Amino acid sequence: MNLKEWIFTTDHKRVGILYLIGSLAAFAVAGIMALLMRAELSTIGPTITANPTNYNVWLYTHGAVMILGFQIPALTGFFANFCIPLMIGAKDVAFPRVNALSVWLFYVGVILALATFFIPDPPDIMWTGYPPYSTITTGNTAMYSFTVLILGFASIIGGVNFLTTVAYMRAPGITLNKLNIFVWCTLGAFVLQLIFVPVLGTAVSLISMDKYLGTNFFDPAKGGDVLTYQNLFWFYSHPAVYVIFLPFIGVVFEVISSHARSAVFNYKMVVYGGIGGIVLLAGEVWVHHLYVSGMADWLRIGQMVTTLMISIPVGLMMISLVGTLYKSSIAFTTPMLYALGVVFLFLIGGLTGIPLAVPSLTLAVSDTYYVVGHFHYVMAVAGTFAIFAGIYHWFPKFSGRMYNELWGKIGFWLTFIGSNVVFWTMMDIGVDGMPRRYYDYAHFPQFESAHQLMTAGAVVLGLGFAIAVLNWIIGAMKGPPAGDNPWGSPSLEWTTVSPPPHGNWPSPPSVADDWHPYSYRKG
Amino acid sequence: MHKQHVKGKMCRASAAVCGAVLAASSWAAETAQSAAPKINDPARGWDSLWHEVIVDITIIGILFAVVTAWFVFTSRRTAGNQTGASPKLSAASAVGWTVLPIFIFLSIDLYTAANGWVLWNHYRDVPADRLEVKLESGMYSWDYTYPNGVRTQNELIVPAGKPVMLRMTSRDTLHSHYIPDFRVKEDSMPGRVTYLWFHPTKPGEHLVTCAEYCGVMHSYMAGRVIVKSADEYAAWMKREETQLAAAGAPAAAETGAPVAKPAARPKKT
Ligand code: HEM
Ligand SMILES: [Cu+2]
Ligand SMILES: [Cu+2]
Repeated sequence: MNLKEWIFTTDHKRVGILYLIGSLAAFAVAGIMALLMRAELSTIGPTITANPTNYNVWLYTHGAVMILGFQIPALTGFFANFCIPLMIGAKDVAFPRVNALSVWLFYVGVILALATFFIPDPPDIMWTGYPPYSTITTGNTAMYSFTVLILGFASIIGGVNFLTTVAYMRAPGITLNKLNIFVWCTLGAFVLQLIFVPVLGTAVSLISMDKYLGTNFFDPAKGGDVLTYQNLFWFYSHPAVYVIFLPFIGVVFEVISSHARSAVFNYKMVVYGGIGGIVLLAGEVWVHHLYVSGMADWLRIGQMVTTLMISIPVGLMMISLVGTLYKSSIAFTTPMLYALGVVFLFLIGGLTGIPLAVPSLTLAVSDTYYVVGHFHYVMAVAGTFAIFAGIYHWFPKFSGRMYNELWGKIGFWLTFIGSNVVFWTMMDIGVDGMPRRYYDYAHFPQFESAHQLMTAGAVVLGLGFAIAVLNWIIGAMKGPPAGDNPWGSPSLEWTTVSPPPHGNWPSPPSVADDWHPYSYRKG
Repeated sequence: MHKQHVKGKMCRASAAVCGAVLAASSWAAETAQSAAPKINDPARGWDSLWHEVIVDITIIGILFAVVTAWFVFTSRRTAGNQTGASPKLSAASAVGWTVLPIFIFLSIDLYTAANGWVLWNHYRDVPADRLEVKLESGMYSWDYTYPNGVRTQNELIVPAGKPVMLRMTSRDTLHSHYIPDFRVKEDSMPGRVTYLWFHPTKPGEHLVTCAEYCGVMHSYMAGRVIVKSADEYAAWMKREETQLAAAGAPAAAETGAPVAKPAARPKKT
């Protein structure tokens, strides 16, 4: 294997695998940050560091790297790259070189994010970077702005590439209603990226200009306004959760339908009602992040209604997932366990979000551990489980080998139990008043044992993740050959050899008239 | 007062807009009306609405989980080449399975929204008979100024039985004045004035803690609300007033009011 060939590759599958490696490295670093935070919180007062700034830097890194360096690139970089051309029967993406550029930019961004630890004054402004603190801190705000800009740019050019690919490069016979749910989901995510990333780019550029160039967009003493930043930031960052949610739920659809050998229940409802509904509502709910920020009252009430309405498309998708399981034929493989885990975690995460849609209720729980617990359930952990489900599911395809099923299941149960211990407890103490982003909880001594329980849970959880990653590394090197279609799926990516050669198929695949990516009866 | 008035109007205008949708629940409107004369303690309302929503989502969650578990456990694959045997949806049932859930979800949403809106009005409509205190937050303290000029730091001393309103701003970064016991918080910001109110009913102490990341010592930024009986409060206030007077008017004029950023003209929220 030739390193140079990999670095300069334009093959969408290799680009995807580069994304995978980079995002898993980011995940490992951000995960270690989480463990450091949990260690610090295991006792009241200083535990492993006496300097609160260290905790704040870990938290900044954890949040920013998990979202921008791990989940978004793993989903819209690895899965989109590896799966979309294979699922639509294309030889490659529309612009392979642009694709290579996007993965290089991604690496620059990740390296910048990780360089946080090697510069004298690392950013300590949380992944949200709110001014005025971000414009007066001694921490390096520019580092934050550049990381976000570069990763955002990588994602935008990826978006253009995939929209073009799906529009023009489908194999004959693959009509829009025969696209995999994952392809639809990813298209939805890229539409959101293209619309909203520029707003985030603006927001983070302006804070650095305020800090280093003396502009005053957000300084009220000179006519600026602090709330404007929060609006700009969340105008992107709420849709960003759907940029994560859509592809991850798409992966779950593929995994559940493959391992249950059952057609996706009510396909059109998912595509038009679910994905379409989310894309339409995504931009109208950002104020729910500003319920306690002093926004106009009418806006808070209006966006309560739009936020609650998100339950409609999301609920339709959940109904479809569960409907897919009806009278199916389930093999409880590791990817299937992770996918069922997502259904469970996302159910809890989604339902606990309903109180957070109601401004009057958030006046007590906003900015507490209730919120931290909720979004780990709904996005952080559900998303990570989905990513793990997908990696296990396509592992035979991209590596040509099989992972170890027993270790896969051990890893799953450890992470599943660990996550529930950690994040359920978070919601519990949050309702009782534990605020988030606290280095110390000296005036909440009653929460010490809960914090210790969470630290223990986090260790179990981390162990489970580590086992999964080791399982992949060992499987990729010496697992037994997997065969072309180990799950018996009719979806197009399983019709070529494992791993697929450059160009994917010797000649473009063609599909029968009654073919559908979920037509199991014939398979 | 006058600001309050504008706010009420805005609230009502927006109410009209949302009302078109929310009027579906006439129940909400009734509650809002019958609520007008007496004091609606938002903390009480919070407890009961929170409880209700948690019960609702628990029921939905359990229903969903049970159905899922049932499908999963009855669908174990028994032979290697077995495939699923779910029936194919007819066009009509596909539409039905879309439209029916939409209506169910929508009605749950609107019901929740109506309840949330009523409680919201309790949180935002401050009773006229109230104690109004100014709060300026800073890294890392809570500085209170009473109507008569008395000032305290990190201790908000209030009489039991009287609604307390804080008009808040900040001299540096964002902070959030969070009183867990009274189920309320709102950010304080430089250049803007925000408010919150709560209703202390009996003497006691309550933690105040900062809920918006404001800097290195964020987690140590705490204070207390000390509720005294009306008499004790009056006595305390008397002492403070005497002290303030003793300090003398000239001194006050010299040092000026609490330091506020100059040109920052507060905007209404
Ligand atoms: C692997 C297990 C994980 C553990 C034990 C963990 C733990 C934590 C803890 C303790 C906090 C900080 C609480 C605070 O001081 O406010 C936190 C915050 C956060 N976590 Fe995680 N986390 C995990 C995984 C993830 C994942 C996979 C994501 C992916 C999106 C994620 C995203 C975030 C974000 C965005 C924040 C908020 C950062 C901020 O407040 O600015 N976490 N996590
Ligand atoms: Cu959001
Ligand atoms: Cu603070």
